[in-house]
Amino acid sequence: MSLVLPGDVTDLTDATASDSALQRFLHGLPGVDQVGAEKRAATLATRSIKRGSKRWALDLAISMVDLTTLEGADTPGRIRSLCAKAVRPDPSDPQVPSAAAVCVYPDLVGTAVEAVGGSGVQVASVATAFPSGRSSLDIKLADTRDAVAAGADEIDMVIDRGAFLTGRYGQVLEEIVAVKEACGDAHLKVILETGELATYDNVRRASWLALAGGGDFVKTSTGKVSPASTLPVTLVMLEAVRDFAQLTGEIRGVKSAGGIRTAKDALRYLVLVNEVAGPEWLRPDRYRFGASSLLNDLLLQRTKQLTGVYADPDRVTID
Amino acid sequence: MATDRLDVRKTYKLYLGGRFPRSESGRTFEITDSKGRFLANAARASRKDVRDAVVAARKAQQGWAAATAYNRGQVLYRVAELLEGRRDQFVAEVAAAEGLSTRKATSQVDAAIDRWVHYAGWTDKYAQVDGGLNPVAGPYFDLSVPEPTGVVAAIAPQRSSLLGLTAVLAPLLVSGNTAVVVASERRALPAITLSEVLATSDVPGGVVNLLTGHVTELAPVLAGHLDVDALDLTGCTGTEVDTEELERLAAENVKRVVPAPAEEPAFDAGPAGPARILAFCETKTVWHPKGT
Repeated sequence: MSLVLPGDVTDLTDATASDSALQRFLHGLPGVDQVGAEKRAATLATRSIKRGSKRWALDLAISMVDLTTLEGADTPGRIRSLCAKAVRPDPSDPQVPSAAAVCVYPDLVGTAVEAVGGSGVQVASVATAFPSGRSSLDIKLADTRDAVAAGADEIDMVIDRGAFLTGRYGQVLEEIVAVKEACGDAHLKVILETGELATYDNVRRASWLALAGGGDFVKTSTGKVSPASTLPVTLVMLEAVRDFAQLTGEIRGVKSAGGIRTAKDALRYLVLVNEVAGPEWLRPDRYRFGASSLLNDLLLQRTKQLTGVYADPDRVTID
Repeated sequence: MATDRLDVRKTYKLYLGGRFPRSESGRTFEITDSKGRFLANAARASRKDVRDAVVAARKAQQGWAAATAYNRGQVLYRVAELLEGRRDQFVAEVAAAEGLSTRKATSQVDAAIDRWVHYAGWTDKYAQVDGGLNPVAGPYFDLSVPEPTGVVAAIAPQRSSLLGLTAVLAPLLVSGNTAVVVASERRALPAITLSEVLATSDVPGGVVNLLTGHVTELAPVLAGHLDVDALDLTGCTGTEVDTEELERLAAENVKRVVPAPAEEPAFDAGPAGPARILAFCETKTVWHPKGT
């Protein structure tokens, strides 16, 4: 494994030689200016977006949604209706793009794959003892292989926060590498669960760890822990992905998940992506929203932009 | 010793979802008394404030409609109780806004308070007046009952700032509707003070949302809003709003519309009975099999 890293470090071989070396490297990353990051995110959130751009951004946001259902009460019927919605978010308007993916639990991947057919909508599955990640590596890998075998195009794994917070970075990295291997051709999204990482410095370290481990996306949260995705956390992760691309030439993505419910929120995230990572990240294979109710609000706002009158929430499906 | 104390002036704001925000747009407009003297700057609501108000009203509607009739009556009666406690303030504000003598303003305020009591009494009675058993040719027990329409947008009367507002607002709350009300444009201050009473009188946040601003700007947004179920244009009389256009916009989602009268009604002539309550009700009919 050979990786380019910030500062003078140009190779991870030494940095990953031992836990202590990895720790030295991760703790050598520049600290996040908490006040600055929050202020910048807040400032960008106030940016006004004019009508033409807003219309474009709403369509873009729709195409970036990972339509998610991760409930104990999920049934095959519910998954099928969710998939239908992902393929044709607004059946009355063929101009509306499809969502990027549906995100389900591993046992429902088969149902989802069948339901999306050849529509181009991806099927993402959470795996590795989601959402807590509290299980042995063997079980996590079996969980992943199971989802991939069922036809998942994307795997959303969780990192072992317990190991991360106790400083066992090597273990976290090994797990990511092992899961990436188990994924085969499937894309890997690494969920950092930033709500449990406590500091932005930790978010930055975990992002680098996930990118170094081969994650195709870094994802903020499972959606099961509060706070879930926030603008400053996404900002820190976008910075990591941007720097990683600059240093290695490898393009990775970011997924913000949890707590994004309104089109207004989504537009704020897109402004952040544009300003931090750059406009080349404004595409569904580099930035995603993990959400369920967000899609409805995007559709309502889209209708509002087209018709000029405020839309009725009863006119979109609940799931 | 003469005191040089400075007045503590009130900031007149909107009433949205149980809170008192300024307009999202940051705009204000001047409110003058009947002689054109400056009274205050009021918030000038925008399209987006209308949107927020409708969201708040929709959120509150189910809970308000689900409250028992008895409870809704208590809450509306409580509004009267608190109005009574601030009677002098309302008399002064109504007198300033409408250019009335204290005696006439007092009778307006008293009538407004009595109107709240009147409608508080209707909450558990209007259903008996309007609903009932329908004789049908079949083995069915057939009942019709009035139910609230949902979110009602109302333009408050332009001249009668407190009594007119009460006469429009109170009846639509009786059945369990929630309201987005645009206050009288040039006589908005008593309405804003009324919203302070509503906020402290057990009326759940979002049940009444009160906007101040230009009727010509706000009414079309409300009329076109697809999540508004009914539209009361009573207060459009005496404004430059094109009510025909509003009715056309309202037709898009078949809103129930109470059209603007040719003249502003004489609200002090007494309450209109259950007519205004039933204007914002839908009839639900239940067919229950009863055997032979």
